[in-house]
Amino acid sequence: MPEKRVVLANCGVIDPKDIASYLDRDGFKALKKALKLPPEKVIEEIKASGLRGRGGAGFPCGLKWELARKAPGDEKYVICNADEGEVGTFKDRYILENDPFSLIEGIAIAGYAVGAKKAYIYLRAEYHFLLDLIEKAIAQSKKKGFLKHLALEVREGAGAYVCGEESALMDSIEGKRGEVRYRPPFPPTSGLWGKPTIINNVETLMNIPRIVLNGAEWFERMGTEKSKGTKVFSVSGDVKKPGVYELVLGSSLKELVDDLAGAEKIQAVQVGGATGRIIPYKMIATPLSFETILGAGAITVFNKSRDIIDIVHRTLEFLAEESCGKCAPCREGTQVMVGILERFTKGEGWEKDIAVLGELADTMALASMCGLGQAAPVPVMDSLQYFRGAYDKRIQS
Amino acid sequence: MNRIGQGNKIWSQEKRDLLVLLEREQSRSGCLSRETIAELAESLGLSVGEVYGVASFYSFLSIKPQGRNVIRVCKSLPCYLKNSQLIIESVRKAIGIGPGETSADGKFSFELTNCIGACDRAPAMMINDDVHVDLTPRKIAKILEGYK
Repeated sequence: MPEKRVVLANCGVIDPKDIASYLDRDGFKALKKALKLPPEKVIEEIKASGLRGRGGAGFPCGLKWELARKAPGDEKYVICNADEGEVGTFKDRYILENDPFSLIEGIAIAGYAVGAKKAYIYLRAEYHFLLDLIEKAIAQSKKKGFLKHLALEVREGAGAYVCGEESALMDSIEGKRGEVRYRPPFPPTSGLWGKPTIINNVETLMNIPRIVLNGAEWFERMGTEKSKGTKVFSVSGDVKKPGVYELVLGSSLKELVDDLAGAEKIQAVQVGGATGRIIPYKMIATPLSFETILGAGAITVFNKSRDIIDIVHRTLEFLAEESCGKCAPCREGTQVMVGILERFTKGEGWEKDIAVLGELADTMALASMCGLGQAAPVPVMDSLQYFRGAYDKRIQS
Repeated sequence: MNRIGQGNKIWSQEKRDLLVLLEREQSRSGCLSRETIAELAESLGLSVGEVYGVASFYSFLSIKPQGRNVIRVCKSLPCYLKNSQLIIESVRKAIGIGPGETSADGKFSFELTNCIGACDRAPAMMINDDVHVDLTPRKIAKILEGYK
């Protein structure tokens, strides 16, 4: 399946500093259309499109909106998660840099649909340089009368990977340490300040104006049975053309890294960042979809000169550092894994380590409070499955 | 009701600004001193521990005095694959301090950071709010000259 620019349709085409150039490209037509419909009808359309969250978890977007819409209370919130911190991801930066207006339109439609009067964009601290551009885009949208029903504010993070996790993100907006919350309750019933809240990834919200304008049926025709539409990928590592690519869901990993990004002598590809899968070259034909492998679309390519254990060790070091520390399986588990992997990098592994890693992985996946700890063992287990030889070579006899 | 899962304490309106106030103080004075933390705690009706907890949680907030300019070289995998170690060494040579240190003249603090989302142009680093990309060891001295 070829490259297809749906989310990125305006990137490099419009002037992100000038709303007029966006209006020339059907900008805010979807919002106008949505505002003429009952909110329930807008939600129906999103549900029918099959759009799933682009932040990695893939929760059905329309269903999330419906839960928040139906939750009791007048005070509701929309949050746009612009805290992409997954190692190797930069697609949201590219989107924000090139087309902040589509995002604002998506948020405006979301606010109308769920009945929120206040929305936040939670922007990672590392993207402070984009704050001015985004705030000016909001000001222009407001001046043109597109945000009468919704107050939209940018809140900045202060450097914490875990704040990309939705419950930690809400705690951060509330002014606290970005620590994960116990669930249930889930955000659509009890989110920001205990009020019904929807949290959507930048890319998810970018899809909203397209779906409202072109119809669920148009969207639903793209992709696979359970993965509709396109996905934006950030490709980096051992490739000739690193960058942002948008493909119809179900396209193969090979098309992305080989044909488009120009990877050479591939040994493995990390799909989904630090908590993502490590796919060996022999599985390069795997389609990219929610049914198979996807994550938030961070793709890092490793050529044959790279040491897989070094890569996994560095990945776990990152996760151990960024664990919020609230629950033991994640806080302690990541540390223990780092210790074991460190010995392997020095060629000092023990036979029993392999079994310990497996047991630890099961416990962390089962008992961690959020995706960070639950998925932290994924790169370890993938590397054990596909690159077992690299471990065996470093076990001391 | 005090079940697990109901434990999220909702802060009152003024306390909600804590992180924003800390961020503002950080960019104004480059550090969140003990005095600042105590004053904020008092004015917001929070404990010192609660304010310290937030101030010490985030990597862009600092409870230690920092240099006028904070260098953050990305140490994550995509930059590592593009030889970020050479960049780290070049910065070390240029300013004479290692990661985690602040220069004696107070001009620079040097830190390593996790992915800053510039992997398409790795290796990359931030100095204060500026992102510098496509780095080579030769470019470092010239970039650093731009900071006083």
